[in-house]
Amino acid sequence: MGEEQYDEEQSTEVQKKFLFVFKRAPHGTIYPYEGLEVILIMAAYDQVISAVFTDDGVYCLKKGQETAAIGVKEFSITFKVLEQYGVEHLYVDKEALSARGMTEADLVTGVEVVDKETIANVIREQDVVLPF
Amino acid sequence: MKFGILIMDGPYQHQASDSAYHFANAAVAKGHEIAGIFFYNDGVNNTTSLMTPPQDDRHISKRWSDFVQKNGIDAIVCIAAAKRRGITDANLIKGARISGLGQLTELGIKADRLVTFGD
Repeated sequence: MGEEQYDEEQSTEVQKKFLFVFKRAPHGTIYPYEGLEVILIMAAYDQVISAVFTDDGVYCLKKGQETAAIGVKEFSITFKVLEQYGVEHLYVDKEALSARGMTEADLVTGVEVVDKETIANVIREQDVVLPF
Repeated sequence: MKFGILIMDGPYQHQASDSAYHFANAAVAKGHEIAGIFFYNDGVNNTTSLMTPPQDDRHISKRWSDFVQKNGIDAIVCIAAAKRRGITDANLIKGARISGLGQLTELGIKADRLVTFGD
């Protein structure tokens, strides 16, 4: 992370609710990683940021990932520190989690395991939804 | 309405860029405003001037270039995603500019609706 060079004005006049939807496994494609990069930049803009993890996206939060053998960066640790970046909620789709034989104990800390109805309500409340 | 457009998949391989193009045209034709088009992920590959598709096929990057210049639309290419994929100012289509992810945030703030095209 952080290889970006940018010089931009930050607009803090308007505050919107942004939701990131992580729906893919962490390492098969670059989507979740580049989604995370958006969050880290957006965090400087004083917006209301939340994330939902559904489908294979729940694997993004799996504890104890080891990626040396596939030669890519292990970025799941960054999800753990998103709270420090002002990300208010990390919602995990309970159904997607149990369909993959996992429970909250398999995930990094600081997440909220919720049902689909809650996720639908969360999505409904947003101004901007970004799928990764 | 003021639309923001986010394109997250590459040209030809995926329909995202075509759909976004048709959407953008339709929006302009209906008198809506396009606050900006942001190219991210493999979407940045839509902005290379080096593509040379067969003549009987659409030229995706040229089409974007013509469209954004004709309509005065801000076309932003994510610098981090572009660097990974070899897109630089040297091979960037006219009418587009390389900038940071903060611009995507700005677009989300500015637009009434941010519409994503991709998987």
